[in-house]
Amino acid sequence: MHVQLFITCLGENFFPEMLESMTTLLERLGITPCFPSEQTCCGQPQYNSGFEAEARSMARRWMRTFSHSDAPIISPSGSCVEMVRHYPHLFPEGSEEHTLAIELAARTFEFTEFLVRQLGVTDVGAHFPHRVTYHASCHLLRGLGLRDEAKRLLAAVRDLEFITLTEEETCCGFGGIFSVLYPEVSGAMLENKVRHIIASGAEYVVVGEAGCLMNIAGGLHKAGSAIRPIHLIEVLAAQGGA
Amino acid sequence: MSDTPTTPIEFRRYTQNLSPAIPIAIQQATGQFFEKRNARVAELPEWELLRDAGHRLRLHTLEHLDAYLEQAATSLMAAGVQVHWAINGAEANAVVLDIARQHNVKTIAKVKSMATEEIALNTALQAAGFQITETDLGEFIIQLAGLGPSHIVVPAVHLKKEEIAQLFEEKLGVEAPPDPEQLTAIARARLREVFLAADMCISGANFLVVETGTLVMVTNEGNGRMCTTLPDLHVAVVAIDKVVPDWEGLATLLKLLARSATGQKLSTYTNFITGPRKTEGEHGPRELHVVLLDNGRSRMLASPLTRETLKCIRCGSCLNVCPVYKQVGGYAYGWFISGPIGAVLTPQLLGTKIAAELPYASTLCGACAEVCPVKVPLLDLLRHLRRRVAEGDATTTPVVSPVLRGVARGSAIALGTPWLYRLGARLIPLLQVPVRRGNWIPSLPAPLNRWTMMRPFMPFRARFRRWWKHHKKNE
Repeated sequence: MHVQLFITCLGENFFPEMLESMTTLLERLGITPCFPSEQTCCGQPQYNSGFEAEARSMARRWMRTFSHSDAPIISPSGSCVEMVRHYPHLFPEGSEEHTLAIELAARTFEFTEFLVRQLGVTDVGAHFPHRVTYHASCHLLRGLGLRDEAKRLLAAVRDLEFITLTEEETCCGFGGIFSVLYPEVSGAMLENKVRHIIASGAEYVVVGEAGCLMNIAGGLHKAGSAIRPIHLIEVLAAQGGA
Repeated sequence: MSDTPTTPIEFRRYTQNLSPAIPIAIQQATGQFFEKRNARVAELPEWELLRDAGHRLRLHTLEHLDAYLEQAATSLMAAGVQVHWAINGAEANAVVLDIARQHNVKTIAKVKSMATEEIALNTALQAAGFQITETDLGEFIIQLAGLGPSHIVVPAVHLKKEEIAQLFEEKLGVEAPPDPEQLTAIARARLREVFLAADMCISGANFLVVETGTLVMVTNEGNGRMCTTLPDLHVAVVAIDKVVPDWEGLATLLKLLARSATGQKLSTYTNFITGPRKTEGEHGPRELHVVLLDNGRSRMLASPLTRETLKCIRCGSCLNVCPVYKQVGGYAYGWFISGPIGAVLTPQLLGTKIAAELPYASTLCGACAEVCPVKVPLLDLLRHLRRRVAEGDATTTPVVSPVLRGVARGSAIALGTPWLYRLGARLIPLLQVPVRRGNWIPSLPAPLNRWTMMRPFMPFRARFRRWWKHHKKNE
């Protein structure tokens, strides 16, 4: 089975290890990833800020890039996948672009969604002998309705001790443009999140979304915490002591 | 009282210097409400079906609002109610003032109402020399403090008992210990005088049942029943979106409202008022007026998306679950209604010139939309209004700052052009060298300091494309 990797701009620029893990993990599961190299950003920042014309032109480019192949499109980000699912709203009903947007959205999946819902896999053979807690990212949880997928995958990881995070489902305060328009509020929300993570006593905090990971990692660093932030996919790819 | 803002609402400026006491008080109260709400919801396996029924009922009503309003007016008049129509707040206030003057009213007892906050009725009445007292405990407190409500259901949620005690000592001239029970007793004694002396009651209504012309008022303190029973004159200001076709529909909405608002199966008092007293032996006012208020709502009805805003039944659960509201409280939103519903309603009622900052006062986390008992699509509305701010629409010109517009256009070009994007991914790691300190960038110049003032930034480390090439070669 072939899949197209949609690595997202945050993934590409800030989390290269996670993308490498995603590639090798898919291969371990017998899947052949390919990488459409013309890909850039999906247009989510513009769309969520109200600049729909800009988002539309970025959606067009994205759709051209990923429509060369019929293979499913797999991404390590819930919010970017959610953006692709908004694409049909950007084009008039009945237009060719609208039809293409619907077709592409139907075969674009967030990584855990693809594993659990499409492949029916929850045990990926990972080994991660650490105490971990998990932050449920808004766009995975409520945006795509993936409430249990990440936790089911974590539950199957060997020697992983799972600690439930207090207010696990509360936003970390990132919110894209929100974090720079209202930095004080964003910072206060992050402090809340970091306080709960520290209180969990975990060694790692697992996050399935690059934006939240970036925010939470910065918050932990600022608080001087030794708890390590890590993307869910890296945990699932881990086979040794990490 | 919350006067209508006439200058831009400054969410950022308000939230820059927030006292740390505010989030603590608000989080305690909203947390309790929300826990109770969750417990009540968990008891009903059919909760999601109920939400769906509520959503369909509200939408159906709004789609046929013209017909339902006509029927409502007919039923109200048949029940002996005098019906008035007001296109905006000024007209509604003028109607109420006229009624008060015609009856030589001096003192007015007021039931908590969001509609009257919306039109700043108290301010208009006080300016005309009438003495008006809010009789809901929370409203009584904030009226003494000269404030508007900071929460839809619990208007004084941001105040601690110590602050309320001090306020009572200052404004009422009594000794007031910071004890909720004793403070309530003080207010109760005061309010008893108000109930007995008032020659007019002003209220809103949670619902207006079309088939019988019945006003429905949901309260927990009994003040509503005092106000609508004792004075001879009762005026209810009711926004046109409050209508419910029949009692069956009302039952659905009451189930959703009480559980969502306060975590109760039913509020302590659910008042049904059908017309004034009919015979001398009955209780209730001799005269009952209903002012049906539009104030921008028919404009919102015109579009299928904005129409959905009007499904709101003012339960406040979107505030109780909103992580932004819980940090900033109600006043950051600049007007009588706050939280996610305020962030979408205020820009629609006052325009994006006044409320441009509000649609952005959300992380789009979606917690609000998930709990809304009538499924108001808050995220779609927030994005729609952001678009109205950024791009304008048929009736509104864009009001977004030139800086933000520049960033949006520039980033769309830089991120949307493959060669430019790849060039950036190679160049930025070199350009960031002077500001990089190990694995972090501790601070950046303005405007990027808006990120680093709260947490360090991560250095750019694009290397996947190179890795991928090697990886494929080695296969």
